[in-house]
Amino acid sequence: MMHKSLMVPLSDDDRAHLRCGEQCLLTGMLYTARDAAHKRFADALAAGKSLPVNLSGQILYYTGPTPPRPGMVIGSAGPTTSSRMDRYTPSLIEKTGLAGIIGKGNRGSDVIEAFKRFRCCYFAATGGAGALLGSCIRKARVVCYRDLGPEAVFELEVVDFPVTVAIDTLGGNCYVDGPAAWRRI
Amino acid sequence: MRTIAYDDVVNAVRELCIRAACELPDDVIFALGQSLEAEQSPQGRAALTHCIENAEIARKAKLPICQDTGSAVFFVTLGDAVCVIGGTIGAAINEGCGRGYREGYLRASIVGDPLFDRKNTGDNTPAFVHFEPVAGEKLSITLLPKGGGCENMSALAMLKPADGIRGVTDFVVSVVRGAGGNPCPPVIVGVGIGGTADMAMVLSKKALLRTIGSVNCDERYGNLEQEILKKVNACGNGPQGMGGTVTALAVFIEHSPCHIASLPVAVSLNCHAARQATIRL
Repeated sequence: MMHKSLMVPLSDDDRAHLRCGEQCLLTGMLYTARDAAHKRFADALAAGKSLPVNLSGQILYYTGPTPPRPGMVIGSAGPTTSSRMDRYTPSLIEKTGLAGIIGKGNRGSDVIEAFKRFRCCYFAATGGAGALLGSCIRKARVVCYRDLGPEAVFELEVVDFPVTVAIDTLGGNCYVDGPAAWRRI
Repeated sequence: MRTIAYDDVVNAVRELCIRAACELPDDVIFALGQSLEAEQSPQGRAALTHCIENAEIARKAKLPICQDTGSAVFFVTLGDAVCVIGGTIGAAINEGCGRGYREGYLRASIVGDPLFDRKNTGDNTPAFVHFEPVAGEKLSITLLPKGGGCENMSALAMLKPADGIRGVTDFVVSVVRGAGGNPCPPVIVGVGIGGTADMAMVLSKKALLRTIGSVNCDERYGNLEQEILKKVNACGNGPQGMGGTVTALAVFIEHSPCHIASLPVAVSLNCHAARQATIRL
């Protein structure tokens, strides 16, 4: 399949024109957060505080990597199931101005509405391919919540990180259209 | 009586954890290769290509196949003539698990309390251990590192006996279909039929230990496995749930006697990174 190379942060034009099913290679910075970091983000925002990381225009990657072996940047780092973050996602997009999210699996209707309304692009990385995806990471550092271990927020510098546009900013959705096209029962 | 030193068990389990995390079993690699040939959707083929490349990278670089190195679920066959000297076998497995995860740079994915503080235990302990007592001097330890994404898609139905084969089939297919891309398809479908509710769940997990391509020793259940596999692969979810013709690599059924009023059916799914490793001491 053809790959589209994209620089992160994404331009407004990129976000508007990406369509579900497109394969992309991302180069630039990603920020990680999963369950526990999302809870802290939500608690901070509910208390009227700013987040310890500026996510405006950035891409959030749902992953909790394995620790690096000596001499390595990071271990294995594939996506985790996105729907566990659904409860937090619409307000996180609205309050931070996130431009994209990388995870795996379908999202709830409120989240998809937020993707459309705030033009946030949802990408899927191949679940269970953590060694492959980890090898696209050139630098990694903890930005905040170090005490959460694998659930800390990392800043990752990636090169040609392979993703698929799973839900686009018009609401086109691979997790609905794909299975519908191939269903035989 | 055969004696085994506590430290020998600890060291064996430590190695087992690291090997299981980094080396995808040959039957799974073979099945992924076959599914790449069978898959008709380009999107699905792209995902399967990633899965196969990933397993190669992990084996060569000694990296975990998946960052979710799982809950450490152990199945232990313990002979009644085996005696562990210097501590209990349960403690030895737990210590070996902690050392394997810590020293092998695997992810600590366990929180000590499930509801209140959810603080990470730091070394992936405690291990979750199922013991099967047998006669003799055998000690065999199998580790099934079980990722959270596929474990969260587990399901149990207490069907009515009148629901029969059709009820079982429909339930299993609905679980796989409803799981979509969450359990990282193509999955292996473990089905436990019979027993009590708790026993059915354990059987479904034990079913995941079968070698892909192996035939059920009861022909009726073997035929049912093939029937369910065909239906699951017709549901359209495909690799990663984005559409395709290969949603599962295999369906395995374990069964047990059960109560006259019951037909328990449990489903455990394993992701395509279907890791397991065994050591015999």
